[in-house]
Amino acid sequence: MIWLIPIIPLAGSLIVGLIGRRMPRTLATVIACGTPSLSLLLSVMAFVRLLQMPAEGRLLRSSIGSWIASGDFSVSFGFLFDPLSAIMALVVCGVGLLIHIYSIGYMAEDRDYHRFFALLNLFLAEMLVLVLADNYLLLFVGWEGVGLCSYLLIGFWFERPAAASAGTKAFLVNRIGDGAMVVGLIWMILLFGSVDFQTVLTDAPTVLVYGSVTASLLTLLLFIGATGKSAQLPLYVWLPDAMEGPTPVSALIHAATMVTAGIYLVARSAPLFQLAPVSLEIVAWVGGLTALYAASIALVQTDIKRIIAYSTISQLGYMFLGLGVGAYAAGIFHLMTHAFFKALLFLSAGSVIHALAGEQDIRKMGGLRQFLRVTAGSFLVGALANAGIAPFAGFWSKDEILAAVYASGHGPLWVIGALTAAGTGLYMFRLYFLAFEGKSRLDAHMLSHLHEAPWSMRLPLVLLALGSATVGFVGVPPGSGLLQRFLGPVFPASAHEATAEPTSEVVLAVAVLAMAVGGIVMAYRYYLLDPQRSEALAARYPALYRTFFHKYWVDELYETAVVRPTVTSARTLSELFDARIVDGSVNGIAALAARAGSLLRRLQTGQVPTYILSILVGAVVLLGYLAFSG
Amino acid sequence: MTATVPLNAYLILSAALFVIGVAGVLIRRNVLVIFMAIELMLNAVNLTFVAFARFLHSMDGQIIVLFVMAVAAAEVAIGLAIIIALHRNKESMNVDEINLLKG
Amino acid sequence: MEWLVFVPLAAMALVTAVLVIILRNPVYCALSLVGTFFALSGIYLLLQAQFVAVVQVIVYAGAIMVLFLFVVMLLDLGHELPAWLQRDRPRLLIGAGAVAILLLELVIPVGSWTARAPHGPQTSEVVGAAGNTQLVGRLLFTEFLVPFEITSIILLIAIIGAMVLARR
Repeated sequence: MIWLIPIIPLAGSLIVGLIGRRMPRTLATVIACGTPSLSLLLSVMAFVRLLQMPAEGRLLRSSIGSWIASGDFSVSFGFLFDPLSAIMALVVCGVGLLIHIYSIGYMAEDRDYHRFFALLNLFLAEMLVLVLADNYLLLFVGWEGVGLCSYLLIGFWFERPAAASAGTKAFLVNRIGDGAMVVGLIWMILLFGSVDFQTVLTDAPTVLVYGSVTASLLTLLLFIGATGKSAQLPLYVWLPDAMEGPTPVSALIHAATMVTAGIYLVARSAPLFQLAPVSLEIVAWVGGLTALYAASIALVQTDIKRIIAYSTISQLGYMFLGLGVGAYAAGIFHLMTHAFFKALLFLSAGSVIHALAGEQDIRKMGGLRQFLRVTAGSFLVGALANAGIAPFAGFWSKDEILAAVYASGHGPLWVIGALTAAGTGLYMFRLYFLAFEGKSRLDAHMLSHLHEAPWSMRLPLVLLALGSATVGFVGVPPGSGLLQRFLGPVFPASAHEATAEPTSEVVLAVAVLAMAVGGIVMAYRYYLLDPQRSEALAARYPALYRTFFHKYWVDELYETAVVRPTVTSARTLSELFDARIVDGSVNGIAALAARAGSLLRRLQTGQVPTYILSILVGAVVLLGYLAFSG
Repeated sequence: MTATVPLNAYLILSAALFVIGVAGVLIRRNVLVIFMAIELMLNAVNLTFVAFARFLHSMDGQIIVLFVMAVAAAEVAIGLAIIIALHRNKESMNVDEINLLKG
Repeated sequence: MEWLVFVPLAAMALVTAVLVIILRNPVYCALSLVGTFFALSGIYLLLQAQFVAVVQVIVYAGAIMVLFLFVVMLLDLGHELPAWLQRDRPRLLIGAGAVAILLLELVIPVGSWTARAPHGPQTSEVVGAAGNTQLVGRLLFTEFLVPFEITSIILLIAIIGAMVLARR
C-alpha cells in the first residue's frame, strides 16, 4: 500500500503531461489536484496504522520488487513508513496539496498550465520516493528526481533568460553536492555491502569505529550532498536565484519540501552521524553560521521573494544547527513548522505579486493591508511564526533547537542563534511594514486594478495560517511533546537532548523571545515610524550595508574563482586538446585507413582466375606446412 | 603384389584426380568447363572418404559422401542458374571477361 | 584379384579426367566427365560401398550431368571459344608450379603413410551380414539425423535460389 503513495502522483503527472492538453481543463485540474489528495489520504491511513502499533516497533514496509541484484549486493524498490517518513510524507502531501490548489488560481492565465501541473505532480512523486525509500540508492533516485523537477520549474518561464540561467545554476550547484553524495554512497557500499537503511544503520556501530576518520569522512560526504540540496554555506547560492520560478514553486520546492531533503538525509543517517562527533560539530557550525549569514543578507534585500528565500536559508541553518547538536527530533520539528509558515509566507507573497501584476520590489509597495486583507492577515501570521513569537509554530520549534544547543554546551552557537532570532524579527517585519503598512507608494494605474486573490488562492492561505498558528503545539511541552515521543524511537539516544533544567529553559526561551521582539520593535521604529532613519543607519555603516546588500560578494567570488576559470579552461581544452589532438588523431586514423585502402584496392582486379590462383597458392602453402611440419 | 589393393593406391588416385581438377580450373577459360573441373575435385575427395570408410571399418565416410553429393547438387543448381543469368547479361562464357567484382 | 579390377578403372578415371580439362568442346568435356563418374562408381563397388556407387551413377552421371548438358544446349555453347586456354603466361606459370607442388604435397605423404589399425564397428563381416544400404540408412536416420535434415534445407534453399537467379 505504501508504494502507492508516490506512484499515484507519478501517474497523475504522466496523464496530465501527456494528454492533459486534449482533455477539458477542469478534468486536468481535478486529476492534478486529486492525486496529491489520494496520496495524502493514503499517508494519513498509514499514519493511523502506525499509531496503532506499539511505540517501539512502528514500521511499515512494502517492496515492489528487486531493482539491482549483483552478487551479494542487492537493492530493492522498497518503501518504508516509520515515524520519520510519516512526518515527512504528511508534510509533503499536505503542504503540497494546498499549493496545488493555490496554483489553480495563480497559474490560471499561464499558457503552459498543463506542463506546470505535470511537473508539480512529478515533483511530488519524486519527493515521496525520497522520503519513503527504504535504502540510500532509492532515496538518491528521488533526490535527483526532485533536483530535476526543481530545475525544470525554476526555468518554467524559460523564455526569460534570468529564469533559464537560474535553473542551470541550481542544477550545477546541486551537482557539486550530489557528486560528493555519490562518492559517499559508493564508499558506503564498499564498507557495508548494502545501501539498505536497516542494514547500514544497524551495522554502523560495528562497522565504523566511534570518532574514526572513516566515519567522519563518510558522514561529511553525505552532509556535503545535504548542503547542496538544503542550500547551506557554501552551496546556498542557487536558492535566491531559484525565485525566478513561479511563486507556488518557490513555496513548495524551495521552501517547504525539497530543500528539507538535506535535513531528512542527515536525520535519517543519525546513527551514522552519532559515530562521528567531528561531523556533527561541522554540521552544527555550518548550520549556525548559515542562519546568521542569510539573515544578515535578508535585512537589506528589496525583492519580496528574495527576502523570504534568504529567510528559508536561515531557517534551514537552524535545522542543521539542531541536528548538529544531536537534537534530531527538534530539527524535524522545525522542519515541519517551517514547512507551514514558509509556504504561507511564499503564497502570501505570491498573492501580492499576483495582485500587483508581477511587481516584487517592496520599495514600491506599502499600505497593501487595506486592499488585500486576507493576504495581509495570513502574511502577518506567517511573519510572526517565522520570527518565533509565542505561541506561533516557529517559536516552539526554534526554542527547542536553541535549548538543545545551549544544553549541549555550545555557548557561541547559542549566541549566534539568538542573534539570528533578532535578525529574523527585524527582516520579517521590515518586509511586513514596508509592504503592507504605512502609506501606499503604488502608482495610480496599479491601484486601480488591485484585487484580492480568487478563492482557490485564499483557501490555502487561510488553512496554512491556521496551521502556522497551531502546529507548534504538537511539540509542547518542549522535549516531551507528542511529536518528540512519536519520533523518539527513530533516533539514537542523544546525550544532549532536553537535559537542561526547565527553569533555565524558560529563561532561555524568554531571552530569545525578547531578542525577536526587539527585532520587531526595531523594524517598527526604523521602517514604519520614520523611514528616513533606516537610510541614515545605512549611511552610517556604508561598508556593512554594502556587504549585506551585495550578499558578501559571494556570487562574484564564485564567478571569478570557479565559474570563469572552468569556462576558460574548458574553452582552451576544446580548442587545443579536442580540436587538435582528439579530432586530429581520429582524422589521422581515418586518413590512414583511406590510404591503405586505396593501396590494397589494386589487389582487387575483379579477375576471377587471379582470385582462384591466390586461393590455390594459399592452399599449397598451408598444405605444405601441414604435411611437412611434422 | 598383394591380392587386395592397399589404401595408398586409392589415395594416390584421388590426389591425381584432384590435381587434374585444379589444373582444369586454372587453364580453362570457359566457365562451364571450370565448373566441371570443380565437380572433378569434389569426386576426388569423395573417393578419399569412401576409401577411408572401407579401410577404417567405419561407415561414417560413406554418409559424408552422401552429404557432399547433396551439397554438390545444390551447388550445381545455383551455379548453373548464375551461369544462365550471366549469359543473359554478358553473352559470354569467358571467365576473363567477367570482372564486375573489380573494386 | 582386386588389382585386375582396380587398375583399368583407375586408368579410365584418370584418362577421362584429363580429357575433361583438355577437350575443346564443352559437350565432349561433359561426356568425359560422365566417364569419370562411371569409373569412380566402379571403384566404389570395389570398396564395398554399393549404395554410394548407385547414388553416384544416379545423381552425378544422371542428374547433375544432364543439367550440365541442358545448359550447354540451352545456351548453344556446342562450339568452343576460339581461345579456350588461359593465355596470361605469368599466371599459367605460377599455376603450373602450384599444381606441381600440390601434387607432390599430396602424393609424398600418402606414399609414405600407413593407416592406423581399423577400429570402426562396421567390419566386412558386419556389412556383409546387414547389407550396405541398410547400414547407411540406419546411420542416416539415427546418428546423422540433424545433418540430414539440414541438407534437406540446403536443397530447398538451392531450389529457391536457382529459381530466383534464373528467372527473367
